[in-house]
Amino acid sequence: MTLAYPIPNDTALEPPAEWAKLRGECPVAHVQLPSGDQATLLTRYEDVKQVLADPRLSRLLNAPDAARLSDTDDGGLFSSEMAAIIPDGGEEHQRWRRLVGKWFTAKRMSALRPQMARIAEQLIDEMVERGRPADLKASLGFPLPVYVICDMLGVPAADRERFSYWSDTLLNLTKYEKSEIDAAQAEFFQYMSDHLAAKRAEPGDDLLSELIAAGGPEDGGLTELQVLVTGMALLVAGHETTANMIGKMVAMLLADRTRWERLLADPSLIRTAVEESLRFDANSGFGLPRYLPEETEVGGTVLPKGTTVICSMAAANRDEGAFDAADRLDLTRSPNPHLAFGSGAHSCLGQALARTELQVVLEVLLRKLPTLVLAVPVEELERLDGLAVGGLLKLPVRW
Amino acid sequence: MKITVDEEKCCGAGQCVLIAPAVFDQRDDDGIVILLDAEPGEDQHAAVRETAAVCPAGAIVLDE
Repeated sequence: MTLAYPIPNDTALEPPAEWAKLRGECPVAHVQLPSGDQATLLTRYEDVKQVLADPRLSRLLNAPDAARLSDTDDGGLFSSEMAAIIPDGGEEHQRWRRLVGKWFTAKRMSALRPQMARIAEQLIDEMVERGRPADLKASLGFPLPVYVICDMLGVPAADRERFSYWSDTLLNLTKYEKSEIDAAQAEFFQYMSDHLAAKRAEPGDDLLSELIAAGGPEDGGLTELQVLVTGMALLVAGHETTANMIGKMVAMLLADRTRWERLLADPSLIRTAVEESLRFDANSGFGLPRYLPEETEVGGTVLPKGTTVICSMAAANRDEGAFDAADRLDLTRSPNPHLAFGSGAHSCLGQALARTELQVVLEVLLRKLPTLVLAVPVEELERLDGLAVGGLLKLPVRW
Repeated sequence: MKITVDEEKCCGAGQCVLIAPAVFDQRDDDGIVILLDAEPGEDQHAAVRETAAVCPAGAIVLDE
C-alpha cells in the first residue's frame, strides 16, 4: 500500500505516529502526492542530510518525469518558470548565493536587532491595547517578518499588506484557485518591476538597489529578471516560514509552561531555546523535494534516475539515532545540528535572519508579557493546512 | 585545538559567527567565513566545537 503524503495529522504540535515507524521500518518509502504522482519519502536524519547536501540533485521539478506536488496545472511552486530563473547549481548558483548572501550575514542581522525589537514592541503594544485574549499569530507572528523583509527590500510601509497577501497566495498548495495564484503572481511581478524601475532611478540603502548597482552578468552581477525574481523569492521564502515559526515556537514554550518560566528565570537560554523549537517543530510543512538526474543510493536503497524525493526534515529532526532523547524538548540542547534550514550549499539563505527574528521576538515577549499563557487548551490549537509551510491557524493567548 | 575552514564549501549561514564571534567572522562582500583565530584559547573550545557540529556546509574542521 502506498502512503498518502502529506501524512494526515489531527494534532497541531505532535508528530504523526507514522514517522517513528517509517524511520524504523521503511526509511525510504513510496508515497503518493496530492497530484496523484509517486515520490520517495525520506525520514531518517542521515538520509535527509545526505540528499539535501548532494550538489548533483536539483530542487527544480521541471523535468518531464518529475513528480508534480499539487494538482494545479503547473505543479505548484517548485516547478514554476519563476523558480528556474535563479541558478540552481554550480558556479552560477554560488555567484548568486554570494551576491545575495552578503545581506544575510550574522553581523548585518545583529545590526537589525534594535529595529526588529522596535517592530516587535510596537506590535505587542497594539495587541495589548486591543485587549485579551488575542491571536498572537495575527498580531505579531504574521506582520513582523513581512515588515522586516519589506524594509530590507526598500518597500514602503503602506504596501506591506499587499506583500502579505501575495506571499500567502504563492506558498499555498490548496487554499487558492489556480486563477487566484496566477493573478497574485502577475500583480506581484508588476509591482516589483515598477519598484525596481523606481530604485534604478533613485537608489536607496536596500538590497535591491545594491543588486542593481552590482551591474549585469558581464560585471559579475545579475540580470534584471534575476534581480526581480530574487526580490520575490526573498519575500516568499522569508515571510510565511518565519511567521508560522513564531506562532509554533511560542505555542511549544507555553504548552508546558515550565519552559516559559525557565526562560523568564534565565534569558541566556533564548538562543538554544530557539534552535530547539526549530528542531522540535513537528508541523513544519511539506519538506523539501529533490529530483534525481541520475541513479542515487540512499540509506542502502538504489533509487532510479528520475525519482522525486521528499526530504522530511521534521521527521529527521526527531531521529533517535541523531539526537539523544529526540522526543524531549530540551531548552539547553547543544550542539543542535537540526535540519530545519536544510543542509549544504542550498541550506536556507535567510537562516541568520530567521534566527535573529525568533530570538528577538522571544526576548521582547518574555520582557513585556511575562504572564503570557495559552488562552485555550493545547489540544484545541488548530493546524493550518494547505501551505507548503506548516503552522497554526491561530494562537490564542492571554497575559 | 587547530581550526581549518573550507571557503569553497562555506554557504554563509553565519552560525559560526553567532556562536563564536571571537573566532569567526564573515566577509562583507559575500558572507564567506573568515577565520580570526586558528588556535583559540581553551575558553573558546566548547563554542568552537558547537560551530563545527552545526555548520550546515560542514566547512569547519577541528584537529585536537
